[in-house]
Amino acid sequence: MLVKFNLNGLEKEVNVKANEYLLDTLRSIGVKSVKKGCNASSCGVCTVLLDDKPVLSCSILTVRVAGHKVETVESIQEEAAKLSECFSKEGADQCGYCNAAFALMVHALRKENPNPSAEEIKEYLKGNLCRCTGYQSQQKAIRAYLGGEEK
Amino acid sequence: MRKFKVVNNITPSVDGKGIMMGRAVFTDDLAAQNSLVLKVLRSPHAFAHIRDIDTSEAEKYPGVACILTYKNVPHVPFTRAGQGYPEPSPHDKFVLDEYVRYVGDEVAVVAAEDEETALEAMKLIKVDYEVLEPVLDFEKAMDNESVIHPEDKIHEMFPIGFEPKRNIATAYEMEVGNVEEELAKCDYVVDETFYTQAQAHAMMEPHASNARLDEHNRLVVYSTTQTPFHMRRIICKTLGLPVDKVRVIKPRVGGGFGGKQAFHGEMFVSLVTLRTNRPSKLVYTREEVFGSSYTRHPMRIALRIGANKDGKIQAIDCRALSDTGAYGEHALTVFMIVGSKVLPLYNKVKAVRFGGKVVYTNHVPAGAYRGYGAIQGNYALESTIDMLAKKMGMDPIELREINSMKEKETSPIFEIMGEGTEGTAMIMESCKLPYCIKRGRELMNWDEKYPVKQVGPHKVRSVGCAIAMQGSGIPFLDMGSCTIKLNDGGSYMVTVGATDIGQGSDTIISQIVAEELGTTMDKIIIYSSDTDLTPYDCGAYASSTTYVSGNAAYNAAVKMRERLIKEAAQELKVKPDLVEFDGKTFTSGDKSVTLEDLSTGRLYNNDTHQIAVTESFHGHVSPPPFMAAFGEFEFDTETYEYKMVKYVTITDCGTTINPMLARGQVEGGVIQGYGMASSEEVLYTPNGKLVSDNFDMYHIPTVKEVGELVTEFADSYEPTGPFGAKSVGEIGIDTPPAVLCNAVYNAFGVRIHSLPITPQKIFEAMKEKK
Ligand code: FES
Ligand code: FES
Repeated sequence: MLVKFNLNGLEKEVNVKANEYLLDTLRSIGVKSVKKGCNASSCGVCTVLLDDKPVLSCSILTVRVAGHKVETVESIQEEAAKLSECFSKEGADQCGYCNAAFALMVHALRKENPNPSAEEIKEYLKGNLCRCTGYQSQQKAIRAYLGGEEK
Repeated sequence: MRKFKVVNNITPSVDGKGIMMGRAVFTDDLAAQNSLVLKVLRSPHAFAHIRDIDTSEAEKYPGVACILTYKNVPHVPFTRAGQGYPEPSPHDKFVLDEYVRYVGDEVAVVAAEDEETALEAMKLIKVDYEVLEPVLDFEKAMDNESVIHPEDKIHEMFPIGFEPKRNIATAYEMEVGNVEEELAKCDYVVDETFYTQAQAHAMMEPHASNARLDEHNRLVVYSTTQTPFHMRRIICKTLGLPVDKVRVIKPRVGGGFGGKQAFHGEMFVSLVTLRTNRPSKLVYTREEVFGSSYTRHPMRIALRIGANKDGKIQAIDCRALSDTGAYGEHALTVFMIVGSKVLPLYNKVKAVRFGGKVVYTNHVPAGAYRGYGAIQGNYALESTIDMLAKKMGMDPIELREINSMKEKETSPIFEIMGEGTEGTAMIMESCKLPYCIKRGRELMNWDEKYPVKQVGPHKVRSVGCAIAMQGSGIPFLDMGSCTIKLNDGGSYMVTVGATDIGQGSDTIISQIVAEELGTTMDKIIIYSSDTDLTPYDCGAYASSTTYVSGNAAYNAAVKMRERLIKEAAQELKVKPDLVEFDGKTFTSGDKSVTLEDLSTGRLYNNDTHQIAVTESFHGHVSPPPFMAAFGEFEFDTETYEYKMVKYVTITDCGTTINPMLARGQVEGGVIQGYGMASSEEVLYTPNGKLVSDNFDMYHIPTVKEVGELVTEFADSYEPTGPFGAKSVGEIGIDTPPAVLCNAVYNAFGVRIHSLPITPQKIFEAMKEKK
């Protein structure tokens, strides 16, 4: 069936199966920044923004986003580049398979809560797994990024 | 010590930005658009013989391109281990076989136009299984009636104690001095036995591979591999292809930790593409990553340690039994590391013995995993050392200070035990372990906190410590190489076989080259791990990248500098030894030429030729990094639930080439080790099916479980390393099991002898104590 939605600011029309998940649709149309880690809503690497809110694209049927706004890291390139500088400074750069999802989460967090405490950041990101970094460096980087953005 | 400009400075990684911005660089991002999709039919039985398999219906299903079974693939035994040649692992695996040896073992492969078609067609395959009695208790595997590998063709490449008819994959024994005699003379002897679990790598990117034929009709395989050159060799040997017909490319890899040293699907995409002339791809599901790749080797480790009243440890006896599951990947080498990269920590003993067997079972196979035997051994040894201190009435840190390895010392173990073969004698040219212990003790505020403090009505905080060592590559075997080519404009194209799997090797190699050539990071372009385009490297394993590949890069840069000075001397018409080069300009007296002009001239108009060099390196030693670790945990005295408060590590890895990436290696390792220590429980059904095959059942640490990590490095310089560096990829993972186990003891006086250390186990130990 034909589904129309707004992807990163452009109107898209995609032919999908009724049981197709957004993650598979996005990757099949060439949006490779969205990753598959578990396909079971338990790792966070497939995060996208649906009408500005982070969702797990492995658990959303594509037909459900008809008429809605979907964003991936391609829509926040400048922020992602800045966040990556903070990651680098704190030693949070490793394989990066989880990173685009973190960039989207941080973007969404900043909109919801421009001045989050360290605890609030942790709470917001607890569903995003990372097997490489041990998290602390990422947390520091994200705090630096959010702090720096305000000033 | 030399002052560095690029090395040992805060330098952003070369690839972080592009990856955060979401560029399509991982293996499956690069699969051809119209690829056939492969799905693997897997065994529902822990052990069975396939009497017959009928794929005729499935083959007729519209959209199916090809089905592989044992009947139509080459029947050549190999090992998926992804090691050098000849491998120290038995050749006990076939691409597909008429036996299946664990739940999840491969039965057939369906290649179809899309995933759904492949899965539908798979349902039409009829398999007639003769179900056999599985071996699911590794302590009963040896000489069991059920023989897991009865087939004839399998073999060892050189003597490793391979006795498949007895379910023994490999065995090892060594002894220095006479352990029994020495133990008998000791004032104190402790005797403890520990069990470790089959930890899962749980890297976020699942194993993936894809294949295509290029315009020369050569097979091109993209793989999430840690060892592209070994992969090319093994594909060719197993499928009967000439090496020149295959190219293996390792794109960006989303974490490996040893799990991607092996083969997981590359044979299948290769075969399908060769047979159909179509590109093909295979991506493991998360359940396959857990249940059908490989795990850490679960072990039983029994230790006896004897010491005298003067605080000196006299003898260590270590007996181990390891479960390699259905296939013997890394069976011997992981096993030997339990001894060789653990026991030398206490090098002043009069006698030391290590040995035991690695057995086959019908569990998910075990293989390489960061720490590689050292984490299992460290848990047992460092827990037992605490027990010994307790028995002797000694402070556990003091006992370690007296007996542990110091700079300029050695251990006889180095010479006896290598990786599957004999080892190499070596003196510790760099070992700041005493400093690491002292500094960590301060930073933890140990003397205040040891052993335990009440912090609330039902809350106590206790501390534990452990020391560790690892290695830096495999001497005389592991080889890395590096080519540097000068571009016009004065930048350098660096190609290396070294395999970046997220640990940052592309960055540190660029730094090493930039440092030696006196240039900046923006003048270095790095490309790695493509068997067509880069020189050879053994791959990313055994903590070899910084030391082995880094030394190769260093050698190449030294050679390039010499070459450049010669070229400049010609240009300036002076003798080379009169030319100075600051990275930008060559000067001799009042004459000078810039690198930019020289490099551009050499390509376009002035004695035109390409300036390029290639150098390689293999180590004669494997200088160990060392670490002291101190953990503080808070326990609920009623429920025994606990959390990490703080984890302090002080590491001696020589010069940190990139201090931030080194920190990332240590902290990432610590938290992976903490997962193994605390929450990563491996559960099987009674029939041998892995239950913990998803992130809900298999709990890896989230950001919520991580306490404060304090990560420092000792000021140390390894004379044989590139700019004084040793490797740092594995050592971080080694200590958390022992540190947590010791902290539990310090809190409650009970010793937990198996991992993970759950509140339930503490509760049961407390019940027993009362
Ligand atoms: S792939 Fe969606 S949460 Fe893991
Ligand atoms: S950096 Fe590898 S999973 Fe996060």
